[in-house]
Parts: sequence; C-alpha cells; structure tokens
Amino acid sequence: MMKNPFKRNTDIKTVSQQQINRRNFISFTAFAGFSAIAYGGWRWLNSLPVETSGTTAGANKLLRRALDKNELVLRNAFSNNHLVQTYPKSMAAKVVRVNSNIGMTDTSFDSKTWQLVVNRKNGTQLKLGLDDIRKLPKTAIVFDFKCVEGWDQISHWGGVKFSDFIAHYNLQEEAAMQYVGMATPDGKYYVGMEMASIMHPQTLLAYEVNDQLLPDKHGHPLRLIVPVKYGIKNLKRIGSISFSDERLPDFWAKRGYDYYSGL
Amino acid sequence: MKSIKEKHSLAMRWTHWVNFPVLMIMIWSGMLIYWANDVYTITIFGHKLFQFFPAGFYKFFNIPSRLAEGMAFHFFFMWFFAINGLLYVLYTVISGEWRQLLPQKKSFKEAWQVLLHDLHIRKILPPQDKYNAAQRIAYTSIVVMGFGSLVTGLAIYKPVQFYWITWLCGGYTMARMEHFILTVGYVLFFLIHVVQVMIAGWNNFRSVISGFEVVKITAPVITKTADDEKSI
Repeated sequence: MMKNPFKRNTDIKTVSQQQINRRNFISFTAFAGFSAIAYGGWRWLNSLPVETSGTTAGANKLLRRALDKNELVLRNAFSNNHLVQTYPKSMAAKVVRVNSNIGMTDTSFDSKTWQLVVNRKNGTQLKLGLDDIRKLPKTAIVFDFKCVEGWDQISHWGGVKFSDFIAHYNLQEEAAMQYVGMATPDGKYYVGMEMASIMHPQTLLAYEVNDQLLPDKHGHPLRLIVPVKYGIKNLKRIGSISFSDERLPDFWAKRGYDYYSGL
Repeated sequence: MKSIKEKHSLAMRWTHWVNFPVLMIMIWSGMLIYWANDVYTITIFGHKLFQFFPAGFYKFFNIPSRLAEGMAFHFFFMWFFAINGLLYVLYTVISGEWRQLLPQKKSFKEAWQVLLHDLHIRKILPPQDKYNAAQRIAYTSIVVMGFGSLVTGLAIYKPVQFYWITWLCGGYTMARMEHFILTVGYVLFFLIHVVQVMIAGWNNFRSVISGFEVVKITAPVITKTADDEKSI
C-alpha cells in the first residue's frame, strides 16, 4: 500500500532547548515576515490608482480587473435556459418601489412626441412611437426585481420581448454584435450590457406595470426590464438603443460598479 | 533536554493564517454591502432589541456610502477565501487528520463536560486528544459555516444562473439573511476562540505558528541513541 505523503510523525521527540529555540526563531521570523508582506500587499492594493476613465470608471485598477475577469468566468454559467423564477400575478407588489429618477428630470420632455431611436449598424435610424411597439405581441412577467443595494420586490411588467422586437424590425445584424447600449432622451442615464442578457427570453421593452401604462416615475413611455441584471441596468424612459462590438458606457459602471452586474 | 510533539501541520498553519486576514476583509467588505439595505434586527415579541447596525458603529468603521467599493473587494477576495478553504479541507481529508477533527458519537456529551469545566463548574476535564470534544465540534462547525457562506453567497451573487442553489437556500431573501447570520457566527466564534487561546497559554498558541508543543512527561521516555539519530 502506498504511504500517505501527508501522514506526519507525531510521536514525542526529545530535543535540546537550542533546537526548540531555533525552530521558534525560524517560524516566528517567517510569521512576522509573511505578516509584513500581507500588510504591505494590502497597503499596496489600497494605494493603487483609480482606473483610467473609460466605459467604466471609479474603481481601484486591480479590483476593476477582477470584476471584469469574474464576468468572463460567470458568463460561462449564463444560459437562455436559466429562467428567472416567475410568480402568480397576485404576488406582485401593488406599490412598486421607485429608487431613482436619474435621466427623467427633464421638465421639457413630452411623451406625446417621444420616439424610440434605434441606431442601426449601417448608420441609419429607426424611429418608433409607442403605438408601433404596442402592435407587437405582448409578453408579461411577474418576477423578483433585485436591486444592487440588496432589496428585492416581486413586480409585474408587460411589454415586448426584446428578442421579438429584434426579429420584427429585422435587427438581426445588430443583434449579432457584442454589446447593446440604451440611454434616456436627455442622455443623463445610460446602460450598457452584453448581447446575451438583452436577448434573454425574459428581457422586455416594457410599457406596462400592473396592467397599466407605465406612470412617469416608472419610466413612461418605455423602459427596459432585464430580469437577469440588477435594477441599475433596468433603464427607465428609453430614448435610444445602440449596438457595438465594444462595451457601451454605463452610468453605474462609471461610478465604480461592476459592468456586468448579472444575476 | 525537552520533549516535544508535532501538533499542527504546515498546511494547517498556512491556511489558518491566510484565512484570518481574508475573512476579515470579507466581513468588512460585506458590511459595506450590507449597509445599502440594512434591514436586519433582533426582534422578540415585537420588541426591537438590536438593529444591525447602529449609526455610531457605521461611523466608527467608516462604512456608509461605499457599496461599489465593498462589492469590488468582496468579489475579489471571495476567490482567496474559497481556494484557501478548499485547500484546508483537501489537506484534512487526504492526510487523514479529519479523524482528529470530526466530532465523534461521544463528542456531544463530552463537549458539555468541557464547557462545564471551562466555566469552572466541573473539576475534571474529559480525556483530551489533539482537539477536545468541544474543539472538534467548534472547528468542524466553522468549516461547515465557511462552506455555507460560499453556498449562500453564490445564491445571492448569481440567483438566476445558480437558481438551484438559491432554491436550496430557501430563496433569495432567505439566502441573504443566512449569509448575514453566518457572518455573525464568525464574529462570535472569533471572540470565543481568541479568549480560549489566551487562556490556553503560550505553548498552545505557539504551536499554530511553529507547529510543535512542548510536552510535560511524567513517565520516563525512551530517548534515542546517537546511532538512531544518524539513521534518520
């Protein structure tokens, strides 16, 4: 039988005081040395500059790299077959939490003249009114909306499946690109994410909450509901949609948050 | 001449001391995250006894408004916490040292006797092995808790992709609470652990750094001859 290489001899040994002192000295010196290295490493990590401002900003350089590497690892776990758990309508909150109104403070905004602008790959624009979008088949979802802050709430949304929208308006070429970006009409709030999440079968361009047209505070006339992401990616009042093979800017990723923010 | 006994392996000492700062960073960054939705209280019969956490606590540790930073640290150091824990468990299993660590049938009864002894209620201590019964339970629990933190952490980190883990934890809201309670458990463990180590004294503490303990021998020991030494 093979001898276990980790098996240690724990019999009592007789040694001199000098041998004991020597071992103590070596191990305590090593302990102090490694402690100093660990402390130095911590100081070094915290002294690293904030990343150069780009599509992401505001995070420690190394920690941003870690977040981005985590994204690459965790994208492997992503699948369109992994569906967000859905609930009966009766479980949906009657009062849906409003956490932010960034990008919706423009008082001159008029929802009657609002149009959704889709920037096509060939440089042309597709402009749509809410009526155009409402002509498409409607999909509803009741799911547990999750905020990056840590709270969650079951809510009920209705709209057009993003993948249906892509198919209907022949945006397959755009959907073959790597990233999608959306911004409010005033450009003050914007999100970017990889194509897989936006094409997930539960992602909606929503115009209803609790079977009613969206009120202003929830992003009238049209908002994004992307259940595989934290709330920060669920942009309200969509003004424009763009596509790219590079990451498109993201409001919270520019403020130190993970760009991926996937669930 | 003195008698010594090898107590803690190098692997155990390394993983123990790597875990200490890593877990501290995980708890600290976890608090930066928890602050953003600090809903937990200890409430008994509608009477709120404690709020996690009071304003003074947040202020003292400079916790408020650092959610993004907390997440960035947490999702970096989680790897070290997981890998270090995995190495420890692997070592313990492969080396066979789990035999000295896992609670035995008699451990639960004995642990009670150890507790009574430590509280100076009972004079006689039950037979001590490398770890006594109370230690077996405590040190096995802490490893199980570490595993629990990984599982509940994953359940709240990726509740859609790892939906079955979230389901096992009883849902997203439950998983977050379990993750938090485990952390409170670490802090309690830490406090008791440090007090016990201080009471146990220098010889015991040193063994977690240098690996051996000096033993008092009451019966005569057979010492090796010079020839025996050479043959080693």
